[in-house]
Amino acid sequence: MTPVATPFFFYLLAATMIIGGILVITRKNAVHSALALITTLLAQAGLYLMLYAPFVAGVQIILYAGGIMVLFLFVIMLISIERTIKERQFNHQWLIGIIAAAALGGLFIAVYTKGQSLFPPPKGPMTYIETDNTQRVAALLYDQHTGMYMFSFEIASLLLLVAIIGAVVMAKKRI
Amino acid sequence: MHDLIQYIVSYLSSDKTPGASGNIFWATVYILLVFAGASVAVICMNWLERKILAHMQVRLGPMRVGPHGLLQPIADAVKLLLKEDIIPADADKLVFWVAPFIVVLAAFTVFVVVPFGPTHAITDMNIGVLFMLGVSSLSVLGIVTAGWASNSHYPLIGALRSSAQMVSYEVAMGLAVVSAILMTSLNGIGAYAVGGPDTSGIGTLSMIGIVQAQQAQHTWFVFKFFPLGLIAFAIFAIAMVAETNRAPFDLPEAESELTAGFHTEYSGFRWSLFFLAEYTAMLAVSSIAVTLWLGGWLRPFPNLLHGAIWDFVFSLIPGLAFLGLAAMCFYNVRRMPKHPFFKIQTMGLAGFGVVLGLIGIILFVPPVRVRVGDIFWFVAKVAAFMYLYIWYRGTFPRYRFDQLMKVGWKVLLPIGLGVLILTAAAGIIGLKMATPVALTN
Amino acid sequence: MDAMLHISTLHYLVLSAALFLLGVIGVLTRRNVIIVLMSIELILNAVNLNLVALSHYWQGMSPRLGGGFGDVHGLHGQVFAIFIITDAAAEAAVGLGILIAFFRNKETVNVDEVNLLKW
Repeated sequence: MTPVATPFFFYLLAATMIIGGILVITRKNAVHSALALITTLLAQAGLYLMLYAPFVAGVQIILYAGGIMVLFLFVIMLISIERTIKERQFNHQWLIGIIAAAALGGLFIAVYTKGQSLFPPPKGPMTYIETDNTQRVAALLYDQHTGMYMFSFEIASLLLLVAIIGAVVMAKKRI
Repeated sequence: MHDLIQYIVSYLSSDKTPGASGNIFWATVYILLVFAGASVAVICMNWLERKILAHMQVRLGPMRVGPHGLLQPIADAVKLLLKEDIIPADADKLVFWVAPFIVVLAAFTVFVVVPFGPTHAITDMNIGVLFMLGVSSLSVLGIVTAGWASNSHYPLIGALRSSAQMVSYEVAMGLAVVSAILMTSLNGIGAYAVGGPDTSGIGTLSMIGIVQAQQAQHTWFVFKFFPLGLIAFAIFAIAMVAETNRAPFDLPEAESELTAGFHTEYSGFRWSLFFLAEYTAMLAVSSIAVTLWLGGWLRPFPNLLHGAIWDFVFSLIPGLAFLGLAAMCFYNVRRMPKHPFFKIQTMGLAGFGVVLGLIGIILFVPPVRVRVGDIFWFVAKVAAFMYLYIWYRGTFPRYRFDQLMKVGWKVLLPIGLGVLILTAAAGIIGLKMATPVALTN
Repeated sequence: MDAMLHISTLHYLVLSAALFLLGVIGVLTRRNVIIVLMSIELILNAVNLNLVALSHYWQGMSPRLGGGFGDVHGLHGQVFAIFIITDAAAEAAVGLGILIAFFRNKETVNVDEVNLLKW
């Protein structure tokens, strides 16, 4: 299917993500930060759809925006105390933090400008199929011949079990 | 003008949804139609709920506002729009304003993938069911922020209870949905059989693909692997009532326990947004249930009563349904009191009957009859689910919150897991018995 | 201007780098533990965007193999992104559990007051 108005949507979603990210790290009120993070995650799901990855977009909406952020909002509401809004919100080493992040940014710029020759643009017309993306991801995960991530999948389920037990034990009053 | 008609006619005979063909104009038209349709459905639900609940409780319901209370929803809407807009003193104004919109957006965005027919959907995403479940889980965020932003303890408790309930029943819904998706992969599926002829064993998440799988397998999934399809359908039907905070799972918004829960502090237009979102979410999860288990737009008994004659008979049913409604209107016109005060109401009811009759006659015309049949069957099945919702509300007592969570986690989740494992086992055994060669590649 | 209008993979990589930097600034400068955890989620999302953008690039570069599902050439990035999302869920749950346990003892959510082991 032919994409429509790609630059407009890319810049719109990218601007939403950047503004959401800035709001996450600068708001005093944790609930406002959580709402800004939700907008960032939903804009990212839109970008995944533009990158012809609908399954990852669906997983992002249902897990990240619909699961993890609900967990964050629950915890914010259960332990949020009024005086956190009136306290100092940036710590004492904020300047060193920003300098370190700027150094990291300089490293990124250097890598992207010097390493651009490693990723030549594709030669022919790029046609992407998205009508069977879920089936192909499933083939890569589960299939006998083309799949190679079955073991990682099992370990991920074990990791989730450990996380469930860990979260329940940590939050109990008396073990 | 002639070009416009030509354009419309040439599009109406295409075989792709507007999203698949990248057509922005028709996608916009479909979006507006679905939006208007959902809003009209919510208004009808308002009237129907009050009348049906009243008749179940041996009383009459609203009778004054229009003939038999038909204008009651409009009166309610006018009242809600004219109410004073109160915000609590220390409430967070931005979040208080945003919360109803999150819930409404989440409820309406779901309709992008709902299939009213083989090509009558706004678009058909590859991840249709996953998208619907995910976006409907975003309404939990709106409820939690609404409860928190009201800065008062009843809304906060109601919001936390409501979101805990919705998150718990989403797990049971997800397991039931996965059982149904498993059933799509057990025979090769028609137009969505990707990758060539040897594709038995490949399922699909797309909504149109699921109904086409039911069409290709000649069975609705509620009857497949009896009783597994039925149990999965029952789990989803119970979980979807809890998901939309409706009776008997409506403790978070019960007036006698929590003074209306998370929308206590919302009045007027903002409350009507919550109301709109709740009924639209009911329509959305009913659409999922109809698509996954009840065959979507397929007419009843496609195998038992097949052939051109039965197709013709079943295609007359939409028109007959509307003519039946018109006949009911005229019967009630005769029963109206003959007092001069009631003249306008009688004329109004007769006019309504005439409009319904005209719609019924239009639905008999052959080109319209062929196109609208799919949409009619889908809407009829969703309407049956809406009646079930109202019936539950009039019949069952309310669950206490701990009983509610116990049912969600300790009853529905194990049964859902059991149905999933048994469905997978039944499918593998069926595949092995049918095609012993296909699994040894 | 024309380079800015045609969206290439580099655009996505730069966007993901910008998000990563925002997340790093959030982790290094904020005192509220919940906002630090949210900045970590921003970092993980930036990494996910990077992976999916490069998966898109590799899908474009690979030749279309025959029918069936043999053509999974460029999808490794998407599978890795799914695993990262799963992992982020587990980490958020355990992190918030630790936060609740700590809050029950000290009644504060500031990172610089977690100094019980200071000499």
